[in-house]
Amino acid sequence: MNLPDADDPLDNAVVAARLFTLAPKLFGGMVLRGSSPARDALVAALGEAIALRRMPGHVDDERLLGGIDLAASLSAGKPVRQSGLIEEASGGALIAGMAERLDASIAGRLAQMLDAPLDEGQAALVLCDDATEPDEAPPVSLMERLAFLCDLSASRRWQGVELAPAAGNLADVAPLDDDAMKALAATAAMLGVDSLRALIFAGEAARGLAALAGRGSIIDADLSGAVRLVLAPRATRLPPQDAEEPPPEEQQEPPPPPPDGERDNAEDSDQQQQEPDLSEILVEAARAAIPADLLAQLAQGKAPRRSSSSGTGQKRKAATRGKPLGARPGMPRGGAKLALIDSLRAAVPWQQVRRQEQGASPDAPILMRKEDLRIRRFEERAARVTIFAVDASGSAAAARLAEAKGAVELMLAQAYVTRSEVALVAFRGESAELLLPPTRSLTRARRALSELPGGGGTPLATGLNAARECAEAVIARGRSAALVILTDGRANIAADGSPGRPQAKADAEAAAKAIYARGIDTLVVDISARPGPEGAALAQALGGRFLALPRADARMLQAAINAAQPALAA
Amino acid sequence: MARFPFSAIVGQDEMKQALLIAAVDPSVGGVMVFGDRGTGKSTAARALAGLLPPIMAADGCPYGASKEDQARYPDVCGRGKMVKRAVPFVDLPLGATEDRVIGSLDLERALRSGEKAFEPGLLAKAHRGFLYIDEINLLEDHLVDLLLDVAASGENVVEREGLSVRHPAKFVLIGSGNPEEGELRPQLLDRFGLSVEVRSPKDIEVRIEIMRLVAANEADPEGFAARWAGEDEKTLKRIARGKARLAKLTAGEDVLRDAAELCMAVGADGLRGELTLMRAARALAALDGARAVTRKHLIAIAPSALRHRLRRDVLDETGSTVRIMRAIDELFG
Repeated sequence: MNLPDADDPLDNAVVAARLFTLAPKLFGGMVLRGSSPARDALVAALGEAIALRRMPGHVDDERLLGGIDLAASLSAGKPVRQSGLIEEASGGALIAGMAERLDASIAGRLAQMLDAPLDEGQAALVLCDDATEPDEAPPVSLMERLAFLCDLSASRRWQGVELAPAAGNLADVAPLDDDAMKALAATAAMLGVDSLRALIFAGEAARGLAALAGRGSIIDADLSGAVRLVLAPRATRLPPQDAEEPPPEEQQEPPPPPPDGERDNAEDSDQQQQEPDLSEILVEAARAAIPADLLAQLAQGKAPRRSSSSGTGQKRKAATRGKPLGARPGMPRGGAKLALIDSLRAAVPWQQVRRQEQGASPDAPILMRKEDLRIRRFEERAARVTIFAVDASGSAAAARLAEAKGAVELMLAQAYVTRSEVALVAFRGESAELLLPPTRSLTRARRALSELPGGGGTPLATGLNAARECAEAVIARGRSAALVILTDGRANIAADGSPGRPQAKADAEAAAKAIYARGIDTLVVDISARPGPEGAALAQALGGRFLALPRADARMLQAAINAAQPALAA
Repeated sequence: MARFPFSAIVGQDEMKQALLIAAVDPSVGGVMVFGDRGTGKSTAARALAGLLPPIMAADGCPYGASKEDQARYPDVCGRGKMVKRAVPFVDLPLGATEDRVIGSLDLERALRSGEKAFEPGLLAKAHRGFLYIDEINLLEDHLVDLLLDVAASGENVVEREGLSVRHPAKFVLIGSGNPEEGELRPQLLDRFGLSVEVRSPKDIEVRIEIMRLVAANEADPEGFAARWAGEDEKTLKRIARGKARLAKLTAGEDVLRDAAELCMAVGADGLRGELTLMRAARALAALDGARAVTRKHLIAIAPSALRHRLRRDVLDETGSTVRIMRAIDELFG
């Protein structure tokens, strides 16, 4: 089957959806990114092809896996089983909206569902990913297990989405031959796709494409289709450029149209199947299919977005742990625990009335009703995220930067004790960037820090704004944020990127006031060799504390931060 | 995916070696697998559990009790007849609650008949088998504490909700995780016997071989299993022979000294490192059918046994494996 040109992302997604309906369990499912009419149309079309069962993000274990329906059991006087969503969706697929907010515990269950043996008739999974922030994504454990990642946010079409019924049969297609496997493996390697699951998916997708076209064996177009659908969206680096092509040009205009010469190659390679050519064609297909935003990220040498929420460890789960607070009426589900004594206590006063009502004998066991049930409440402190905003400009002395890096690493090294996290914003030249989204991972932090360059102007306002945005995102997730700003306070680049001290100073003050207005804890550390009045003024505008550390090493800096503001200590 | 034969797993020798050692001598402690997704971690663990011969367990016992268990825990394990059952493999999901893991008051019976009964949890299910936890670094710490504690003592003690229950829970704990997504506390890491690092194979030929095997398995699971049955049988014999040999093997004075020196040289904290190193070297020797534990075994297993116990210097980026290999070179040349 020939793939249409990748004009609209919807075309690829439709092909992916047809493959998915061909063998839902084998491919695991799809991630549909971007809230757009195209996605709604595709989901509607999918719903006609296979049974889709909607799963809300707040689903609890009992509903997902099935179990005893407590309320029904109590009123019936005997255990009543309810089937879970996974069971109910068997043979079809579960579909989840807002997948980027999916709780890690639910993701764990779903991953198990996807890992279950093929013959157990479990459901497949469709995730609708509405993420707009770069650090938001559905749980990695699920993305890994779903064959097709389709980004529909840029799609401009929504009409005429139809999934032609799956005609062929996957079993009729011969397995891939060595050349085809070699070409796929080589392409995956060039795109930096390490996971073998992706590679296996790609192989099956190629066979699926042949099946859809009613062929008994795969041709090259099937392989490039598979690369386009499965491997390209997972690329972690750009395929190496051909020597004669100037790379910078490519990077500015994604997606690059394949040069004419290559296209000819693709057409006549059916006749003269030469192995190196095949890899090249596949890489070319991949290059054309890498989504635009991913391409831009990769071109800048950045890692692709991935979910920064790292599991249950950091999330607030006030229902299940922490300091006990007493009981309240409610159903023991979703991790909430039954408070047995309190439940009995609530039921006791009613026993006489209930026995009379039901005509039960006085020595019958205690009669419980749903409204008697009490669940335990717990109190838990919100996890704290310390955001470092590091001035990496020339004025802040490059040498100081090393110490700031060291301090961040030291604070992070203790982070696992207190369950706090660290984020890092760096500003220099004309811009600020979030180098490290909130994380507890030392490995990840160390890599981000080692890539932190220095030099250039001091865009203090931009840096403060970036730090504030990061803090706001943290607060929006129910955690508390604290800011540590390492700078000399000598702003010389305005918020719009233009040089000039007066404007830069005014902008920085405005940015500082915005942080103050949000009530975020701040600490300004002046890291310059000769601290001036600017740092202190900045701290005042922020309503935070000020610390001058003209000659500190990493350990001193960390100790000073801990001492100045114990709550800030990681 | 159908269960994959253990022998058909390509590469990942270190992980396979660690799993086999855990099968020969469970007292080595659990295995922690660090690595990326899609490298066959869970496939290997599952395959090993599927490979082992069925065990004899009390019929209808939720703990799968053996004869010895019945003698030691007469109240919980009952007197059921012995029947064959497969070695349990329990996959612990990330979101599992404490109740589900250790077991809890049987709510239904408590409410219906006022009876105080214990509903066994996943730990009971994993008794005499494997407990696999993917992304253990994301598991809540108190759960990890609990798991390691039970794994070390071989017994689950429940004292809560008015229950007082003790039941056997001997299992091999296998954890996996990607350090990029969150670290495990060093105290917890130290409790794992062995740790291995797995990477996606970079070699194209190897990757093609894996694709080919997976495709063959999907197309015809029974035929595939039959083709590998011979190899699996050999591995099984190796494990059985290793178990039998283990009791007879002792480590000489010189090997003990080597182990102590190596632990000192790499700065592995605590005695547990040395003990595990010795036990693992012994199990490896048994697995290899050797007459005695030698330095060779010690060196072969040292990275797995010590890698996760080195004191971490945040400002030193040298990998643990490199540090161990360097120490081995310096000590034993």
